[in-house]
Amino acid sequence: MKQRHSFWHMWGWPIVLGVLTTFGLISALFSDGGLGDMLAWFALGVPVAVCGWYGWRRKA
Amino acid sequence: MNSRKIKTWAWVHKWSSLVCTVFMLLLCITGLPLIFHHEIGHLLGTEVESPKMPANTPRVSMDRVLETARAKHPDRVVQFVSQPEDDDGLWFVTLTPTPAPTDDFKSVVVDARTGAVLAQPKFDEGFMYVMFKLHVDLFAGLAGKLFLGFMGLLLLVAIVSGVVLYAPFMRKLDFGTVRREKRPRLKWLDLHNLLGIVTLVWLFVVGSTGMINTWADLVIKYWQYDQLSALLAPYKNEPTVPVAQRASVQRSMEVALQQTPDMKLSFIAFPGTAFSSPHHTTFFMRGNEPFTSKLLQPVLVDAKTAQVTAAPKMPWYLTALLVSQPLHFGDYAGMPMQIIWALLDIATIIVLGSGLYLWLKRGNTVPAPAAPVPASPGHRPQHGGQQPDPAPAMKVQA
Repeated sequence: MKQRHSFWHMWGWPIVLGVLTTFGLISALFSDGGLGDMLAWFALGVPVAVCGWYGWRRKA
Repeated sequence: MNSRKIKTWAWVHKWSSLVCTVFMLLLCITGLPLIFHHEIGHLLGTEVESPKMPANTPRVSMDRVLETARAKHPDRVVQFVSQPEDDDGLWFVTLTPTPAPTDDFKSVVVDARTGAVLAQPKFDEGFMYVMFKLHVDLFAGLAGKLFLGFMGLLLLVAIVSGVVLYAPFMRKLDFGTVRREKRPRLKWLDLHNLLGIVTLVWLFVVGSTGMINTWADLVIKYWQYDQLSALLAPYKNEPTVPVAQRASVQRSMEVALQQTPDMKLSFIAFPGTAFSSPHHTTFFMRGNEPFTSKLLQPVLVDAKTAQVTAAPKMPWYLTALLVSQPLHFGDYAGMPMQIIWALLDIATIIVLGSGLYLWLKRGNTVPAPAAPVPASPGHRPQHGGQQPDPAPAMKVQA
């Protein structure tokens, strides 16, 4: 049980972000200025935001 | 994972990245303006647009378009004619000394309605051209492309080994931890791991599609051999059809369009060029749906008779090549996508730069603990508040 927990602790966010990226890259392929494009902006925007959030954040 | 395995992966990560880093930095930096090449072209005024006319304005014959272009360069042959996806009011005619692939080409842009020459853009000079050539082949032709493709392969190896090493480094850290208060090396190590794991899938996709693109010339050659040789058997020993013996290209185009209803013309490849055969004018059609518009359907029209010889289905490897292009360029979902592409590109530059920094500062590593314990998964720091022990990989990486 503990093993499982630590796996998700380490890989949970990387997997979520990887799946979002994959989804975003593919959804825009099947869309031309429509919903798929917007989903892609969101899905690919999340990893960018995560980079900015953790990369820039200064601890008080 | 035991420390021996970690050492091996660290070795793989170190060398695969070290060899390709400088080139990857070059690709990331030159790629940044290329993401916005259309917009930059507009700003610089180098982008040609057709004058506004009603959509149903009659079009001049393709034969006249070709005549006009040839008149500008009587010593050259037409290799390709293409139409931008977003502007059917103009034709781009590409002229070269011979039908063979070359960097020595002239472009003539002809108005599709009036037949007037709109521009003769020079694609072989200026800032964007230098960026493009550095990005695509380092000014070294096919050899340069294949070299960069190999560097791309090393990048993929570096990514995979980097993911494997993520575990021992992050075992005791929460996702997103950046230890800023400690030595700069620790901060950059954490940033390297954070940005690396977050951009992982994107960089893997852009890296692998870039690598696939470097094989484009070879893939097209193989396609000719694989798919066209059977079709060309009846033409054996005939030379490339001379311009004087060619049927009307306008008529050929109409025949090709009839063959593929619901498709739009993407470009025409003339006899003897890399995308055609010596005996055919090949019309590449694209679908009219978001996904199929990225794929091409070739229609081979006999250059002498203007009869359709064949419309062979695209083999999987050309489909893969075509789909890999938007995935590499990031040009398929408007400006927000381009901005995301640029930001992820910058994140990649930081990953590459920090990786290089970590290697250069390798003498300055965290001191090894007295007894490095390859902790079992799930092992949590025992000493509250203290920094966790450095993972074994941190040492062997140096």
